[in-house]
Amino acid sequence: MKVITANNITKRFGSFTAVDNISFEVEKGEIFGFLGANGAGKTTAMRMLCGLSKPSSGSGTVAGFDISKQSEQVKANIGYMSQKFALYDDLKVWENLKLFAGIYGVPAKEIGPKTDRLLANLGFESERNTLVASLPLGWKQKLSFSAAIFHNPQVVFLDEPTGGVDPVTRRQFWELIYEAADNGITIFVTTHYMDEAEYCNRVSIMVDGRIEALDSPKNLKQQMGAQNMDEVFHQLARKAKRN
Amino acid sequence: MIILLVLPIMMIILFGFGINTEVKNSKFAIYDPSNDVATQGIINKLNTSEYFTIAETVNNPSEIEQIFREGDVGFVLVFSENFYQNMLHTGEAQIQMITDGTDPNTANTLVNYAMALIGEYQRELMQISHIPFQIQPEVKLLYNPGMKGAYNTVPGVMGMVLMLICAMMTSVSIAREKELGTMEVLLVSPMKPFIIIISKMIPYFAISLINLASLLLLAVYVLHVPVNGSLVTLGLVSLLFIFVSLALGLMISTIVETQLVALLISGMVLMLPVILLSGLMFPIETMPLALQALAQVLPAKWFIEALRSVMIKGLGFSSIMKEVIVLSVMAFVLIAASFKRFKNRLE
Amino acid sequence: MKAISVQNISKNYAKVAALKGLSFEVEKGEIFGVIGPDGAGKTTLFRILTTLLLANSGKASLEGLDVVKDYKKIRQMVGYMPGRFSLYQDLTVEENLKIFATVFNTTIQENYHLIKDIYQQIEPFKKRRAGALSGGMKQKLALSCALIHKPNILFLDEPTTGVDPVSRKEFWDMLAKLKEEGITIVVSTPYMDEASLCDRIALMQGGEFLRIDTPENIMNSYKNILLSVKADQMSQLLKDLKAYQGLESCFAFGDSHHISVDKSSYLEEGDDWKIKLLKYLEYKRHRHILIEEISATVEDCFMELSEGS
Repeated sequence: MKVITANNITKRFGSFTAVDNISFEVEKGEIFGFLGANGAGKTTAMRMLCGLSKPSSGSGTVAGFDISKQSEQVKANIGYMSQKFALYDDLKVWENLKLFAGIYGVPAKEIGPKTDRLLANLGFESERNTLVASLPLGWKQKLSFSAAIFHNPQVVFLDEPTGGVDPVTRRQFWELIYEAADNGITIFVTTHYMDEAEYCNRVSIMVDGRIEALDSPKNLKQQMGAQNMDEVFHQLARKAKRN
Repeated sequence: MIILLVLPIMMIILFGFGINTEVKNSKFAIYDPSNDVATQGIINKLNTSEYFTIAETVNNPSEIEQIFREGDVGFVLVFSENFYQNMLHTGEAQIQMITDGTDPNTANTLVNYAMALIGEYQRELMQISHIPFQIQPEVKLLYNPGMKGAYNTVPGVMGMVLMLICAMMTSVSIAREKELGTMEVLLVSPMKPFIIIISKMIPYFAISLINLASLLLLAVYVLHVPVNGSLVTLGLVSLLFIFVSLALGLMISTIVETQLVALLISGMVLMLPVILLSGLMFPIETMPLALQALAQVLPAKWFIEALRSVMIKGLGFSSIMKEVIVLSVMAFVLIAASFKRFKNRLE
Repeated sequence: MKAISVQNISKNYAKVAALKGLSFEVEKGEIFGVIGPDGAGKTTLFRILTTLLLANSGKASLEGLDVVKDYKKIRQMVGYMPGRFSLYQDLTVEENLKIFATVFNTTIQENYHLIKDIYQQIEPFKKRRAGALSGGMKQKLALSCALIHKPNILFLDEPTTGVDPVSRKEFWDMLAKLKEEGITIVVSTPYMDEASLCDRIALMQGGEFLRIDTPENIMNSYKNILLSVKADQMSQLLKDLKAYQGLESCFAFGDSHHISVDKSSYLEEGDDWKIKLLKYLEYKRHRHILIEEISATVEDCFMELSEGS
């Protein structure tokens, strides 16, 4: 089943075309990497898929809902983790989970047990009552991800989730992602760490608003005769005019 | 948090007590060439009431204008000669009330109260002496015979605008550098902190000069508010006030970290009291003492008074010495304090 | 005279110890990298060295000038590029450059040769407002502004964070060129792969330096034996490796997994060790298995050191 479909999506700001006619599909349970240089149009594209902005032309669906006409349903059926983690610093760990669960309509009696299970899974039980402000960055990030998928959305959008985090925590985070994918949640992630691109099932690379590559890391490396995704990225991004 | 809770309370107090259009112990002067039973009776009536207190006796009509220049008196009561005799023989007596028209609100209020009291005296006298007569008060307004509201509001608005531009904009501008992080980079440079400060103040100084000029032009040619006094004096005292406002903005910027707080403080803590307490909307004399005391602390109050004296009363520099000194001291203190507080490190 | 000399610097914020007694030195003309994740204390350290913060204890000096007593002189000779691109967003590229030149009592022309290579890339956009530039361009502009007065020491606090890999690489190429001018460069970054582009690095975490040395030395001092393992099903492979006895650590590393083994036990068994692992993985039905010894990267070393601390 296709959880995300994009058909010739274009977004223009005045005379500037930020996103230029992109099309792709994402299957359920896939880990889909959405790469590109700064200014290539990634954030704009993601915003449209999340129902936060309307395409200038073209159409798309997320979780079965049209992104232009049914944006509110789209928002209700996805999870989103922004770069700055968007947790409430002055609330405790469990309070944050409760808040986001409530926002996404998780039934009240499920919240308690689910929170317990989640904290146990993360090894966080001892920190239940800790204010988020005092958590180390890596833990905030794992918590933020958990809050984003608490309501079991069909797809979760992650915007550079591992920025600035130490290497060990970064990997622990990806283990959480794998677990979520195994449980059927589709993952749509952007990142600047090229090693993380390797963890994805498929990767798309945006250059100057267009998708210049879309395939599994293995195939891309073969096609471009590259050793790793870093080289693949370099070869494609170098052609960019926007930077 | 504190602002959110304290502000409404502050506003109630200011509006509730400040807007008090009642009159209490307002000072008046008399010119009484008759000095007879009737005049004494009227003077006494006014003096013993809770609304008025006699301040001075004038011996010569030419002194009357001088009294208004000094600014302490709300109105002057002028009796005709042979007041009582006239009353008995002609059935009419004339009283003239001269008030300061620069503040039509106050003038109106005082006149009404005084007239009510005089009317009472008239009735009492009629009961005793059974002589029908009328005391006709004539009201004369000095300085603003047309009772034009603009005469009062224009100086007030000028004070408010200059304070707004200089204090608010300066504080927000410096706070923005701190918030965005460019202040950090400026600090790690040879540029002395005092140059950073001055450079932030200069644009708003220039803008306020333009504002001053345009406000004056509009006031004179469109609203027909006179500039009876010297333009030079007007300009100088305005410059002084601009300095005070800039320094105030600077002071605020040393306390805050973000633009929003700078805006809130300048807006709420500065503007609101200025609007209410500087005499812009309501006369200061009618406010409770506590608020009157608070008003003394506001630079705008002194500036607006000086402006009124120069623009509408046409007074010279010597008459506004008090205001000039107060403003100068304020400027000096604020600038010195802000420079001291300006942090050349991040903590 | 050392470019930078730090003795036992500590800094506390409320309950948190941001810096715990750091000591190190930087030679003139070196590119010194401070490598560590967010929260390690990099920005705090930089702010103390650029005289923006006072340490709670310890001393530091730049080219013999004390950061506390001689702060005015230090502020005249350092270049500083703080974490957020601290440029004037509403001024153009050109205007930003001019302002910073003027603040440092110089002109754009005087030191243009220093920034020429960098600036040429953004020169076509010189009339554009800084706020409208992409991340990579802002970063180039910020670097130009920090260099325009030819500082003796350049402090760059996470200049490449949030920037794509290609722009990052270009940035480091520019830094290498600057070295030729004799400018001492202290740069912080969370990206471990950038470490090898520095002369010496300090691995930093939780307010402490795990190690200070050249990247090569650090990589050579990796305690254990490091191997890379690949197979068709990477996700399952990771799980199975984690279940395998005898590994010191096991982490995903992009297109392969890195496993570390205690040196003595590995050398004892020789080739047998790899054969045993291969058999185990085949038993677990993995195909196209590839196991080979590799040398450690800075990231591997960081992880080994931080797990230990």
